[in-house]
Amino acid sequence: MNRHLLSAADLSLEDATLILDTAAELAELTERATVKKLPTLRGRTVVNLFFEDSTRTKTSFELAAKRLSADVINFAAKGSSVSKGETLKDTALTLEAMGSDAVVIRHSWSGAPVNLARIVRGSVVNAGDGTHEHPTQALLDAFTMRQKLGRLEGLKVTIVGDILHSRVARSNVLLLKTLGAEVTLVAPPTLLPTGVDTWPAEVSYDLDAVLPKSDVVMMLRVQRERMGAAYFPSAREYSRRYGLDVDRVRQLQDHTIVMHPGPMVRGMEIASEVADGLRSTIQDQVANGVSVRMAVLYLLLGGSESAIGSEQ
Amino acid sequence: MSSHPSTVIKNVTLYGEGDPVDVLMQDGVIAEIGSGLSGDEEVDATGCLLLPGLVDLHTHLREPGREDAETVDTGTQAAAAGGFTAVHAMANTTPVADTAGVVEQVWRLGQQHGHCDVFPVGAVTVGLEGKEMAELGTMADSAARVRVFSDDGKCVSDASLMRRALEYVKAFDGVIAQHAQEPRLTDGAQMNEGVNSSLLGLTGWPAVAEEAIIARDCLLTGHVGGRLHVCHLSTAGSVELIRWAKGKGWDVTAEVTPHHLLLTDDACCGYDPTFKVNPPLRTQADVDAVREGLADGTIDAVATDHAPHALEDKETEWGAAAMGMTGLETALAVVASTMVETGRLTWRQVADRMSETPARIGRLEGHGRPLAVGEPANVVVVDPAAGWVVDAAAMASRSRNTPFAGHQLQARVKATFLRGSLTAREGKPA
Amino acid sequence: MLDAPALSRVVDRMAHELLEKTGGGADVVLLGIPTRGTHLARRLAQRVQAFEGLTVPTGSLDVTLYRDDLRMKSPRALEETDVPADGVDGKLVVLVDDVLFSGRTVRAALDALADLGRPRAVQLAVLVDRGHRELPIRPDYVGKNIPTSLRETIHVQLSETDGADAVLLGPAAS
Repeated sequence: MNRHLLSAADLSLEDATLILDTAAELAELTERATVKKLPTLRGRTVVNLFFEDSTRTKTSFELAAKRLSADVINFAAKGSSVSKGETLKDTALTLEAMGSDAVVIRHSWSGAPVNLARIVRGSVVNAGDGTHEHPTQALLDAFTMRQKLGRLEGLKVTIVGDILHSRVARSNVLLLKTLGAEVTLVAPPTLLPTGVDTWPAEVSYDLDAVLPKSDVVMMLRVQRERMGAAYFPSAREYSRRYGLDVDRVRQLQDHTIVMHPGPMVRGMEIASEVADGLRSTIQDQVANGVSVRMAVLYLLLGGSESAIGSEQ
Repeated sequence: MSSHPSTVIKNVTLYGEGDPVDVLMQDGVIAEIGSGLSGDEEVDATGCLLLPGLVDLHTHLREPGREDAETVDTGTQAAAAGGFTAVHAMANTTPVADTAGVVEQVWRLGQQHGHCDVFPVGAVTVGLEGKEMAELGTMADSAARVRVFSDDGKCVSDASLMRRALEYVKAFDGVIAQHAQEPRLTDGAQMNEGVNSSLLGLTGWPAVAEEAIIARDCLLTGHVGGRLHVCHLSTAGSVELIRWAKGKGWDVTAEVTPHHLLLTDDACCGYDPTFKVNPPLRTQADVDAVREGLADGTIDAVATDHAPHALEDKETEWGAAAMGMTGLETALAVVASTMVETGRLTWRQVADRMSETPARIGRLEGHGRPLAVGEPANVVVVDPAAGWVVDAAAMASRSRNTPFAGHQLQARVKATFLRGSLTAREGKPA
Repeated sequence: MLDAPALSRVVDRMAHELLEKTGGGADVVLLGIPTRGTHLARRLAQRVQAFEGLTVPTGSLDVTLYRDDLRMKSPRALEETDVPADGVDGKLVVLVDDVLFSGRTVRAALDALADLGRPRAVQLAVLVDRGHRELPIRPDYVGKNIPTSLRETIHVQLSETDGADAVLLGPAAS
């Protein structure tokens, strides 16, 4: 039975730990032991189905699949103008006919990977869907936290920014809950979803009150177009109240790390000095992304049946 | 007229009350009610009950414009199969039913097919654009005799225009049926705003966007003394507002759909666009409130908001999918399941909520009448304990987007008669 | 089949043989196949250290990703791969495992090793050879030959993982 990774909620503690442990061994093999290619997925076909541009995520998945010797097909399916729905279904059927074993999908509509998983026989990996989830980003974030701080259990993680529209925030909240970390969300009230009070996370409007207690500070991108929709008055005011600048970084504990899933808006949610500073794990996150995605592909596709994920 | 064959419904209880009787229909009217009656045709209705033919205030027949999703022919067959003898066809067709020409066309198609009477709803504004008032009086004076006006699918959000419409239709006893949705609060909205939308990452459609319009329109109605009907009310707050407005003595009525009586937004969690509808499925607290509102008469009527959609408009990503569900063929069974089988309504009250009151709101003359000798023979025979499983593929509607597929329901339409002629039998068009 | 003192004597003998056959063990690298092979490799290194005062670089080599039976079961967790800092290029690599059976694990190990570098030569040390080879693979050092039927199972227990040292022969696992 092939399974899927559609949501971070699909992962039990055992699943998530298995992925992180596997990723750690793979990182060791590929980084330290310099094995560039493993034979594990030889003969398997992984399709990168990207309905939305994302060079970073697509490259990361492509590299991960290729390092495991899978055949990779990049399917840039940027939506047809008239009926996006037909495109997804028809594309899925085409992929089926080509015998793909896994589809890595990025889509601008929330839930599209769930819809796809109903159509195709192979495994579906959600590489970011609308404002819903981005589970492999959360996995690589957790991996980076564990790598830098040695643990996840009890870790105080603060996620700052546009929670309302962030798939990274949703996946991180769900995964970090599973892994035993304590999450605090910080944002102006306009950028928090109705219903956030039911999430397994604390909520605060006051960044300065939360920073000194944090082990991890994760800054999210804030799109300037949100200003037009009156979520906040100006970039300057947002930056002043919720941006991580040099002064705010001084409030952090010595061990605290600063994360950002990218792409960053320097000078808006994060100052350049902070993004490039010693606490910043932004480059590690990118490198870890490949190891984590290798682990996910191996555990979904490496055997007769998947070791992780949901059955849809 | 007496050349028409007569039909007798044998052994049926009127409104599910009292002893079984025989009902003889001849020449389009109920000719006799008694025992031991006979006619040219006989329908054995042992164990069944008789209600006046159902009247739907809110049906999308899609013709003209989207005949791939539904036509007046298929839609009225679905209506007959569901026990309806009259439906109000909403104005959001292509072209929009905003002129006498379009409403007369729809009305004639209904007459021509003869499965169910079709009463076109006229658009309030030209092209449903919410800017200029359509020729409401001309539509009222047309052969279609339009009395219900609605921009359904869109809200008449301009307060001034809404006020004028409420005032203007007083001249011919019309009613403005408002699709209550504050557009600025629902930009890009995909589902009920709440816990589920927050987790699913779908843009929320907050209850307040409905309630704000209802509150405003009730106040306008109170001010100008017109007649307001609230379409597909869906929230607990809306029920409270209607209760308050009625308490003021204002002429405000409201409808609820079968799906809002049964389903919650938990159904959206699998991103199956079958459950995407406007207004969206709400929470259990809202479901409880609309059931209570329908039971105590705050909500006057059940209306289906039957909204057929072609497969390709539903078999897609949630965000790209069309909003709406079919409902004509399941409405009575869902009302029975949520209201009668739970003890909230008697069958006598179902006749009121699904036939008499909607007919009165629409100012229909030959529908929603008492089951009495001399009345039009628009009746439906209901088997309250048939027991059936909803099968989307077996629907008379051209579309398959029922949210109830696979549901086990009890009550089923055994036969529908329009002016004494059989239009549907055992849930199928005759 | 072997109790703790017997197992200890067997490892001693293997260490002596290793020194003998490798001309003193000068450029030897011991790579154990996890998990028990890794512990056996460390024990062999300790013995060599005790006998000759020579420190043999020791590590572990996980072969999971190279197995030819991956598609026959659910993906397994990976074990540690830890190659000594100087690598394997030009070295005499001795692969160490607890039981030699079909030979497929060793084949996978040879593939894994090839991805890590190019050893001068590769040898194989196993605690137990139970026969039934399916590939042309033969050990250079054998602790004990235990002819078995296919229905039987061999359990190697080591104090590091199992609390005590022993080799047990059991009926086919259900």
